Amino acid sequence: AHLSPCSIFWYEDRPEGQKTVKQMRQLHEEDLNKQLFDNLVSFLRRSHSEFQEKTTEWNCQMKSREIPTAALVLGVNVTDHDLTFRSLSEVLQNRVTPYVALLQAKDCPGIKNLMQKLLGQLMNCYVDVDSEEDDYVQTSQNRIRCSMTSLITWYESVTKKTDFETPSKKRTSSRHWQSPPVVVIFKDMESFTTKVLQDFIVISSQHIHELPLVLVFGIATSPMIIHGLLPHSVSSLLCIELFQSLSCKEHLSTIIDKVLLTTQFPLKLSEKVLQVLINIFLYHDFSVQNFIKGFQLCIVEHFYTQPLSVLCCHQEEVKKRINSLSHNQCENIRRLPSFRRYVENQPSEKQIALLTTDGFLKETVQQLLDDLNVYHENYFPVLRCLHVFTSSLPKYPLGKQIRELHCACLENRVWETEEYESFLQLARMLNKCDLVTMLQKCVEILVSSPGKEFDKTVEKLKEFLTQFQKLEGGCALSYVPLQIKLKLFYNGTNGYHFLWYILTLLELKESRRSKKLTKFEMLRFEVVDYIDSVVRNYLVPADHKTLHEIVYFNTASVLREHLNAAPRVALHTALNNPYCYLKSQALRSDGGSISNKAPDICIVYKLHLECGRLINLVDWLEVRKDASSASSCSHARFIRAVSELELLGFIKPSKQKTDHVARLTWGGC
Amino acid sequence: MLNKYRAVSEQSCVGCQLTFIYVFICNLGVRWARQLRRGAAKALGPAAASRRHGNPGRPRAWLAAEVPPAPFSRRWQEGVGRRGPRVGGDARQSAPRCGPQRWGGSRGGRRVRVRAARERASASPRPPQGRWVARGSQGPGPRGGGGGARAAAAGGGLGAPAMSQAERKGGAALEVKFVPDEAVLRHIADDAGIKVRKDKTPLTVNVKRFVKKLDTLSDDEAQEFLEEKDYVAALGICAQDLMENGSSVGGSEVYSFQTPKRSNKMAELASELAQTPGQSVASDHSECPEKITKTPQSSKHSSSNKVQQKSKKNDFMSTTPYRLRKRLAAPDAYLESESEYSASCSEEEDDEETQKEVITVLSSLKTPAKAKVASTPPSRKKVTKKKDKMSNLVEEYFEAHSTSKVLTSDRTLQKLRKRRLNQQTLHDLLEKSPLAYAAEIEELNQQYESLFSKWMLQLHLGFNIVLYGLGSKHDLLEKFRISMLQDTVHLVVNGYFPSITVRSILNSITEEVLDHIGTFRSPLDQLEFIIKRFKEDSSLELYVLIHNLDSQMLRGERSQQILAQLSSLPSVYLIASIDHINAPLMWDQAKQSLYNWLWYETTTFSPYVEETSYENSLLVQQSGSLALSSLTHVLRSLTLNARGIFRLLAQYQLENKDNPSYPGLSFQDFYQQCREAFLVNSDLTLRAQLTEFRDHKLIRTKRGADGVEYLLIPVDDSTLTDFLEKEDEDV
Repeated sequence: AHLSPCSIFWYEDRPEGQKTVKQMRQLHEEDLNKQLFDNLVSFLRRSHSEFQEKTTEWNCQMKSREIPTAALVLGVNVTDHDLTFRSLSEVLQNRVTPYVALLQAKDCPGIKNLMQKLLGQLMNCYVDVDSEEDDYVQTSQNRIRCSMTSLITWYESVTKKTDFETPSKKRTSSRHWQSPPVVVIFKDMESFTTKVLQDFIVISSQHIHELPLVLVFGIATSPMIIHGLLPHSVSSLLCIELFQSLSCKEHLSTIIDKVLLTTQFPLKLSEKVLQVLINIFLYHDFSVQNFIKGFQLCIVEHFYTQPLSVLCCHQEEVKKRINSLSHNQCENIRRLPSFRRYVENQPSEKQIALLTTDGFLKETVQQLLDDLNVYHENYFPVLRCLHVFTSSLPKYPLGKQIRELHCACLENRVWETEEYESFLQLARMLNKCDLVTMLQKCVEILVSSPGKEFDKTVEKLKEFLTQFQKLEGGCALSYVPLQIKLKLFYNGTNGYHFLWYILTLLELKESRRSKKLTKFEMLRFEVVDYIDSVVRNYLVPADHKTLHEIVYFNTASVLREHLNAAPRVALHTALNNPYCYLKSQALRSDGGSISNKAPDICIVYKLHLECGRLINLVDWLEVRKDASSASSCSHARFIRAVSELELLGFIKPSKQKTDHVARLTWGGC
Repeated sequence: MLNKYRAVSEQSCVGCQLTFIYVFICNLGVRWARQLRRGAAKALGPAAASRRHGNPGRPRAWLAAEVPPAPFSRRWQEGVGRRGPRVGGDARQSAPRCGPQRWGGSRGGRRVRVRAARERASASPRPPQGRWVARGSQGPGPRGGGGGARAAAAGGGLGAPAMSQAERKGGAALEVKFVPDEAVLRHIADDAGIKVRKDKTPLTVNVKRFVKKLDTLSDDEAQEFLEEKDYVAALGICAQDLMENGSSVGGSEVYSFQTPKRSNKMAELASELAQTPGQSVASDHSECPEKITKTPQSSKHSSSNKVQQKSKKNDFMSTTPYRLRKRLAAPDAYLESESEYSASCSEEEDDEETQKEVITVLSSLKTPAKAKVASTPPSRKKVTKKKDKMSNLVEEYFEAHSTSKVLTSDRTLQKLRKRRLNQQTLHDLLEKSPLAYAAEIEELNQQYESLFSKWMLQLHLGFNIVLYGLGSKHDLLEKFRISMLQDTVHLVVNGYFPSITVRSILNSITEEVLDHIGTFRSPLDQLEFIIKRFKEDSSLELYVLIHNLDSQMLRGERSQQILAQLSSLPSVYLIASIDHINAPLMWDQAKQSLYNWLWYETTTFSPYVEETSYENSLLVQQSGSLALSSLTHVLRSLTLNARGIFRLLAQYQLENKDNPSYPGLSFQDFYQQCREAFLVNSDLTLRAQLTEFRDHKLIRTKRGADGVEYLLIPVDDSTLTDFLEKEDEDV
């Protein structure tokens, strides 16, 4: 079933995968940070308007003693931040100023190193702008003493030159302003030593008149850290503005929402695979980049291992590809479990036709793939509608995020789960205003969706809405204005829920007293039942669908193996139970024991486990020799096994005692 | 994780229990007191036993009461990583000073939860058989003065089954239940107010649930929910699926603690091996018969908990007897009593005498627990043993590290009949010995070779590939190179080579791949140059194969950083192998994301021939051929006189080779000798000559205690003899 070795070219033939990954990357790198970057740029513009106007008023001077500073709160995640900063500096260089320096705490243990780095980066970027001056800068860089004054003279010379050389510099000057600010980005502000930061800020605040400096602090924890790191006298020299980036979890949600929960890409992830990817994200790195990488791996694996993935393409191409299917590929289709299930449910003559004639099979496959496509077209809007309901109920019975809901729906019939039960119960207690807004949202989602079958549903929902409007009054909670509810909600989830409970209780009490369902309640039941029926109709788990194997990537274990491997476990298993790998009967043993015929290293390893912190080589050797025949060959093999253990890091030679080695695992040195 | 029991010992609130007993003694009459005192006599049994086991001079430390520090703010304190410094051995007898406490060995996710329960002290006397009503504390909030209220320690789990026995026989105040995972989970979930499904498929469900929880709650709350169990479960899948043949490995198995002081064990094992050739040898800890004898220890463990309680009760009594009595009158006042404990738990032993009565009474309650361990019914024993094993391992770990003394035999290789082999004979011998399981290994290799084209594809897609697993991957990579990289530009790096550096790797890239002549100030500059060149010229492609990326020379932070940056270039394809168990620790997140690894397990079981050949094993005699050739080479380039000088020194050193405290030849003597041999005419010429030697590292100078300069040739004697022989031939 495997493809030919020249699969690289074959893969490049499949643009779908690459396109999605590219789209994901783009979304992650550019679109999500766009807002943030725009804000930053406008801040930079504002911050040095005074400097540009060259006003000499005293007031302004006082103000310009302060260094404009942007505090960029990014949250904890190192790997993705690199990317963010890189694109930030690109954006700045394109739109604001050529003079951007990125500083890392690692490179700046002292103020001197910091200045060196800063000057180096600034002057290099100058070189990029003006390559004629290459030699001059190269030599001067070595000579220049790294001080603020040299920086200022450099800045003056640079800006003057651009003033004079207008013809050649037209391009740059149109992009940047007359005297562009110098932006210094501190990537990881928390890791810088306080002294370095303080010194730098104090020194540069002295020269802020001559040098339009702007600082950008990358902050992982909270903006309060600035005041924690810097004493008041220093922090008062900064004019800080706060910028908050989206958290990585939000990034992930957007990406999942925009790429995975749409029909535009043919390949889908099964519940387990998605779960693995999300787990790696939540437990290991919070890195969206890695998530994308995992997704990329899914694509590669799917197209590489599933021979029928040829059919996993856009709707327009499916027909062409189905027609070009070979007999072998048709056989592959017949072997798919879901297809076999489908065949079994057909009348017998049709069964025979399906299993014998390729032409008929192709027609059916076309039909089935169309069905699958329609299923997806309906699935996602309905999923979003259901999410509208579940995400606003207390305790989020089916998960807060849409991805959880998605996973639950993919896993098995969602309406058979207990959570769904509780969802229905809670939904039957919704008050009028909430119910109406939710229904309105659902209508919006369904109307904007590409699915064709929703006309009826939309109509029905609209009908419900008009009926609600006709009803006067409402439940107790509807008396509470939405603003207050929201406020309660945001202040603390508990507050809102508490109120919710109390009011529902009140309502229940009331209804019990009356013992008769009000009109509103009747309608509400009707609505919930209708939603239930819609869910049952459209949110069938994908693996109940025929030919789902073509579109869904299913092998989560591969993903885990390659992305989140456990090398130690592998090593341990190989040493402890070589039978796992070497399928020889001689090695077969019950758990925990090891055969005498096992490879040398396994036996030596087992013996070393019995020892304490130090192992006497002589004893070890003797034991080993007793165990096997005492020839010089076995002696040599022992020596090799021991040095292999040393290579693997289990032992190391010890100087504590002659001819001893120390164990390094559990109890070493 | 499945077969885990959770001992939830519903311990009644110490204070109230105490007051209750006090009432008995004071008010009720002699009969009760006598009965209780009889129990106290029994209580001494296990304590004495513990002393027998332990070091007589130094009380065994694990009897030291392990006191929970003031209130527990977290609901679940997990064992892993929460091992505080050991409570000093001498602290044992004294009652606990809220010292740092150690949490039980819960490596496998075992969790011991001792719930405090409070007993309403009623004014009316109770029959001795009366059961204490257990009341579980609820809610995550920190309990005021939880010192007594929540006792969870290593011993807690062990003590639990025993205590249940105690209760049955002695009619004491403890109740122990074995609670299945699901129940506990349900309990937790209820607390959290989150609906939990009742599925019993443990792993996957847990994961799901956890994810759900994580997202349902806001970030801060999620942190709280990061229960170890679920976390481990989430990751545990990985281990499970990995080994498809059902040999999933738990953490405790992978990192088993060492078993100290078992020098005879090895011999035992050896004899066993010798006697039963071809038979498998059981060496697993759980199956070792020795382990069973360790069961009594558990009783001591369980008692540690009690000691602590005892002293606390004692303390409580001594400080506030009046109030206690008063409180008895007001049965509902028990709530406040809690806060009193923690405050008073710092003063302990001084009251021992005055409160003797109370102590004996109290210990009588506990006595049955200790006596019972021996008679544990077999069904329970299994469980107990399992728990024993766990916490014994923990104990053993600390025991092994408490002393710096190591008990091993003093035999050395010198005394061994067979001397060390030299590198060559070793190599020859190994060549001759047949490779075991060649067929199976071949099969494995073929399996991996089928992945080659996939690797190529993945390399081209921007991933880099790292191979791990037991066995040399040298041949596999070599095969990959031959079959896939024939017509490409590729670079093979033998990381295991002892003198490989990042600089040499970069040099070969710049010089041989990029044809750049010229030097660089630093590797970073060089790297920058390479990156620039690769970015400029998109047609450049380079495959880099690194055998042993984790070798001594390459594992440094800086080298890894440089290699990672190199590998992150889109047209540089890296495929590497790692062998060291801790190799993945080289990479932090930043480096990992630069490397962009795809992990492939390639366990080959082939011997590490190349990789270990550069190792300086103790067992291999160092041939010194390298030293010899360098000696002769350097000396050939020197004048005749200089060679004579060196020869003099060498001869002198050889003459003294049997003298172990030979300090070297003093400069004055040497000068004298050289003069006599007409090799130098002045002190200065000799010094100039010596400087030359020193620059070539031929000699070493050492200043003696009297300030005299001594000269030594840092080469072993056999090499020196060879050298002199060769010199004689030349002359």
